[in-house]
Amino acid sequence: MDVLIQLVTTLLATMRDVIPIAAIIFGFQIFVIRKPVANIGRVLAGFALVLVGLSFFLMGLERALFPLGRLMAEQLTAPSFVASFSNLGHWQQYFWVYIFAFAIGASTTIAEPSLIAVAIKANQVSGGAIKVWGLRIAVALGVAIGIALGSWRIVMGYPIHWFIIAGYCVVIVQTMVAPKLIIPLAYDSGGVTTSTVTVPLVAALGLGLAETIPGRSALIDGFGLIAFASVFPIMTVMGYAQLSEWRARRGADKNKQYEYEGQKP
Amino acid sequence: MVLSFAIPGSDALNFNAPHQQAQFTGKENSGRMKALVKNLLNSLRDLAPIVVVIFFFQFFVLQQPIPNVLDLLLGTLFVVLGLTLFIQGLEWGLFPIGESLAYAFARKGSLFWLLVFAFCLGFSTTVAEPALIAVAAEASQVASLGGMIAGTEQAMSSYAFGLRITVAFSVGLALVIGVMRILKGWPIHLLIIGGYVLVVLVTLIAPQEIIGIAYDSGGVTTSTITVPLVTALGIGLASAIAGRNPMVDGFGLIALASLTPMIFVMIYGILLNAFGSGVV
Repeated sequence: MDVLIQLVTTLLATMRDVIPIAAIIFGFQIFVIRKPVANIGRVLAGFALVLVGLSFFLMGLERALFPLGRLMAEQLTAPSFVASFSNLGHWQQYFWVYIFAFAIGASTTIAEPSLIAVAIKANQVSGGAIKVWGLRIAVALGVAIGIALGSWRIVMGYPIHWFIIAGYCVVIVQTMVAPKLIIPLAYDSGGVTTSTVTVPLVAALGLGLAETIPGRSALIDGFGLIAFASVFPIMTVMGYAQLSEWRARRGADKNKQYEYEGQKP
Repeated sequence: MVLSFAIPGSDALNFNAPHQQAQFTGKENSGRMKALVKNLLNSLRDLAPIVVVIFFFQFFVLQQPIPNVLDLLLGTLFVVLGLTLFIQGLEWGLFPIGESLAYAFARKGSLFWLLVFAFCLGFSTTVAEPALIAVAAEASQVASLGGMIAGTEQAMSSYAFGLRITVAFSVGLALVIGVMRILKGWPIHLLIIGGYVLVVLVTLIAPQEIIGIAYDSGGVTTSTITVPLVTALGIGLASAIAGRNPMVDGFGLIALASLTPMIFVMIYGILLNAFGSGVV
């Protein structure tokens, strides 16, 4: 019974999100485009599946993983837990927090539905050159590094904009040398990483850290982990493309060498 | 199959993944079952890392038993089922409608309506975004504690509302700029780097309390429903317009939509600081 009530509540909440979008789309379709939607039955079925699927997804997360994940973030940042490593230095005491930040950043990104959507599209548009899993792992790695570094920043208390601005500088330099085709996709992957799955857990971690560590404020330090998670994937996705290009070039060089020696690769 | 008219090069854009095409040929039912099972297994694999991480920390680091194992199993089952349905819905609903709208606008040739559509889509999907509502409410509480605004209920809710409108407006504007860029073929990196420079400049003069929220608001704007839709729109436009490459010109809308809120939220903070909450 409890499950049923929760399901209906989540479904209603998701509907409230979907209705403005559906109204805009179908409104423009009817009043501006003035043409019937091709395959209207399937499109509507698709919308219904998105609605039901997202509701089940959110409700499942809320029932199973979020409470445990939030509790974990609290326990790992709790003074009593951190103090058990007091033989270590100030910021080293929090080493489990960094590992947790890395692991939870990577694993939640792998399950992020909007990243799956973008990866599917990128794979189709690039004619298979960009692998769905290659992109997802590259983004996950970026989020993981970003959140681990962001947690370390909260512990140390450095201003957030130093890191973000330094990150921008790296992005700009990489933009100049990375393969041209990847650049728009890399920029996009910064924005898609942080939605339904990642934000609630990561925000709990950031606020937990800011509340525990003396001298940090929730306003200035608690926020900002998500910003880290949006900058670092840009770098890792461009890095992924650079790596694939380098490997392809090395392969081509080898082939040339074989031809020169009169052998087949 | 979704688009009834032929567009050169649209072959590369057939939106259905191979396993789905199998559903509509030959043995429809067994194909459908197979695809469903395959999708379920995919979702299970997508979710496995989170479960492993949580179990590892619970048992080995915190050394505590898992509470409510039954609830956990049921919840995980829901997540897997939900993800599977969502991905199917993407390929049936969100991707095709996004692309077919892009083609329809390109054929209609009305720049004005296309830009109005882009703005409405950005604004309406963001203003009701639950993550944004949560962040704005939280930000207003902390702002009143920090003395940025008065501690009254009214001041807090007007601050949160102002924040939401600011972010929604900037996402709408981002999509307008992004669509213009696809039409004109402007290189994305110039826009993004220009945007970064603006972010840095505004950071220098923004009140310190708003910076963290501003940087975060860039990330929370793009929801699970907006991302596929906007991506399909961009790729559809870039494929429908001659001389545009969907890979180079189709992506980039999300990037702009994550950048503009940072700038505008900081400007909102500056105005609020300078003139008090009566003005904005």
